[in-house]
Amino acid sequence: MSYFSDIYKGIKTLLTGMSVTGKYFLTSRKGAITQQYPDNRATLKMFDRFRGEVIMPHDEENRHRCTGCQKCEIACPNGTIEIIWDRGIDEETGKKKKKIDKFVYHLSMCTMCGLCIDVCPTDAIEWGQNFENSVYDRTALTRVLNKPGSKLMPGVED
Amino acid sequence: MDTTTIETNFRSEEYFINMGPQHPATHGVLRLLLTIDGEIIKKVEPDLGYIHRSIEKMCERDTYQQIVHLTDRMDYLSSNINNEAVCLTVENALELEVPDRVKVIRTIIGELTRISSHCLWWGVMGMDVGALTTYFYGFRDRELINDIFEETCGARLTMNYNVPGGLMFDIHPNFVKRTKDFIAHFKTKLPEYDKLLTHNVIFQKRTKGIGILTKEDAISFGASGPVGRASGYSCDVRKHHPYSALDKVKFQEALKTEGDTYARYLVRIQEMWESLSIIEQLIDNIPEGEYRVATNAVIKLPKGEFYQRVETARGELGVYIISDGVKSPYRLKFRSPGFSNLSLLNHIAVGGKIGDLVATMATLDLVIPDIDR
Amino acid sequence: MIRALSITRSIHDWLYSSMSENMAYFIEMVLIAIVYLAIFAVAGLFLVLIERRVAAWFQLRIGPNRVGFQGLLQTMADALKLLSKELTGTEKADKFLYNLAPYFVIITALMALAVIPFTQDFQAFDINIGILFLIAISSIGVIGILLGGWSSNNKFALIGAMRSGVQTISYELSIGLSLLTMILITGSLQLSEIVEVQKSGWLIVQGHIPAIIAFMIYMIAGTAETNRAPFDMAEAESELGAGFHTEYSGMKFAYFFLAEFINMFIIAAIATTVFFGAWLSPFGITESIPILGVFWFLAKAMVLVFLMMWFRWTFPRLRVDQLLTLEWKYLLPLNLMNIVIMALIVWLNLTIQF
Repeated sequence: MSYFSDIYKGIKTLLTGMSVTGKYFLTSRKGAITQQYPDNRATLKMFDRFRGEVIMPHDEENRHRCTGCQKCEIACPNGTIEIIWDRGIDEETGKKKKKIDKFVYHLSMCTMCGLCIDVCPTDAIEWGQNFENSVYDRTALTRVLNKPGSKLMPGVED
Repeated sequence: MDTTTIETNFRSEEYFINMGPQHPATHGVLRLLLTIDGEIIKKVEPDLGYIHRSIEKMCERDTYQQIVHLTDRMDYLSSNINNEAVCLTVENALELEVPDRVKVIRTIIGELTRISSHCLWWGVMGMDVGALTTYFYGFRDRELINDIFEETCGARLTMNYNVPGGLMFDIHPNFVKRTKDFIAHFKTKLPEYDKLLTHNVIFQKRTKGIGILTKEDAISFGASGPVGRASGYSCDVRKHHPYSALDKVKFQEALKTEGDTYARYLVRIQEMWESLSIIEQLIDNIPEGEYRVATNAVIKLPKGEFYQRVETARGELGVYIISDGVKSPYRLKFRSPGFSNLSLLNHIAVGGKIGDLVATMATLDLVIPDIDR
Repeated sequence: MIRALSITRSIHDWLYSSMSENMAYFIEMVLIAIVYLAIFAVAGLFLVLIERRVAAWFQLRIGPNRVGFQGLLQTMADALKLLSKELTGTEKADKFLYNLAPYFVIITALMALAVIPFTQDFQAFDINIGILFLIAISSIGVIGILLGGWSSNNKFALIGAMRSGVQTISYELSIGLSLLTMILITGSLQLSEIVEVQKSGWLIVQGHIPAIIAFMIYMIAGTAETNRAPFDMAEAESELGAGFHTEYSGMKFAYFFLAEFINMFIIAAIATTVFFGAWLSPFGITESIPILGVFWFLAKAMVLVFLMMWFRWTFPRLRVDQLLTLEWKYLLPLNLMNIVIMALIVWLNLTIQF
């Protein structure tokens, strides 16, 4: 008789499995777990810690917080960050002082490990939430993070 | 008719098939050289190296903080546990005591990683035996864990959340709530996994009694993780050499003695339950305190050899560092679970059919970047 | 040969009045062939769309919803894309057989469509051995699969083709025997005759228990016959890549793909005809309007098609030896036993009739 009980049990397990998928089929209208990107661009908000790209925030007067200490450049495992620096004369003290000329960020090499942001003593760089980084030309992935003409924010170095 | 003519005209012949590097069942760029007689597998030769990035060599160049992020790219499904392994090795070498808060958070995130890895494995396992819908159900639950990670660490897969000395930043305020929500959600979904696949008669027929690995073979091949435990080889590093906060929690080591594909499947399902219970024990009492101990900006390990092992979702990951006292290791070796587990594939798949090979390979849960490194 | 609806009757009369009998006969056949080709193409594309939407709903997804209203034109766009794609092939392929194979598959699918009674008098070819014809035709399709796998000079394709051959030969038996069980009640192989018998209750009701068993066996064997999951050994994606059609591209691939869906519809249509009263409405509610029969027929067939999709998106695939075990150790003995029971029921007049 085990022949027939095997068939019975087998069919029963199959029907149990079908009940699971059937349940999801019936509730599929509200149960869809996928998102209709890019239709939902307006409502799609990434988490505040999301690692999209490295950005350098500037204030209204076009000032950043980067002193050009190059700690991030040393911390980066991939050579993503290149700081081209210069020695300028400080207006207040008249001494020669290190300042950044260009903060070059190669997004194409970045692994989003976050070590640069972790070591930055002045919080000059942070994570941006933009994740739409595709471009037609890879040179567009090499970015200069400090805006042209930007200056160091006063008080950062203290 | 003379029988000899039949034999000369129709002789059976073993033939060779190239399974991979581009094949739906090898999950990555593993290449299997199969020798087949009809449907019966005579020999399986894995051919590796398609995704070799010389991570171990790169580690000799990098500082200890930088090494951590490379381990994300080995076994990318349990990246947090890999991070933890390197950090623990460095911390042990420096004799650095990390705060309890760090230990507990590391353990919780490690177990979440294990569940997320097993969720993905479950979906892929179903897909490999032909039930495509399981893939999406597995991913649905995995996405919730990834959301937890994304909120806390900022990344979904390659987290790089651990640093030598603790965590890169504190957990997100929503972390506890989200984790609890996930546990409640997942407890209703795990029985569904059973209904859909575990108890299914076709699935049981496909997996029971195939790919049998005895305990002796498991030990001599160096099998670890669920593969070893399904053969009755008690090899859970979390149990035998507890690290982080794992000595404070009670959990059962998932052990089966059959050693077949179905046993490996059941071990992983049970591990998900155990991981849930570990998280439940810890989530309510994460101790207050620092999330990071300050280390030197340039970490220099003392001269010597250091070894630390952890239990990733696939098995035992060992980190072996030889230091000669400078900022990067003289030599760093990862003992990756996938490599040892792959080595026994030929042993257990020979004699089975092509379908058996696929099912067996699915329960070995191979992650190719982990094997190639 | 053609028992037409009123509109076709008038075309028929007009053709016969305006030209010679042979000529009219020929033109009529061409017209009907075109009509059926159109049905074939539309039904195939529509079924592919349904499959994709249903699969999406099972899998907590949304499915194609961009091209046209709710994605209705998606499969049209796909077909156009496939038409414009290059037809590739392997170097040492047997070119003649390689090119022939898709036509075998698609022509057999089309031939089977001809005998199916969509509604009263809407049937191209009411042959008196209808069921036998259907079974015979549906087993020719496997030749196309075997040829395709054999000639494309690819080992994966060959394994797939051999599996398919083994599978179809075995499951032919079950399909035939389970339909034979029902023919014990109808006493005729002619499809219109079978429908006629069901005016006093659908056969699944008339034959009660053995009919239900026969139906279950038929559905299992029918799913296997169409090479669909959980019996998709021939193309077992995770094992063989794409199986027998690995080396086909463009429209030739589309032929295999469409034929699979048409075959699925045919299996459902046969089940509808034999078990669920074809175009007859439940309790005869719309018996006075025969054109509504098409609706009832398609509705019943669609429910069965949905059942097969449900199987596909739930169950894991069987292994090739288990597939044969299922047939020879379970379905075949049960089927033979079922025939005896059905014979007894018919002999003792235990059928339920209204």
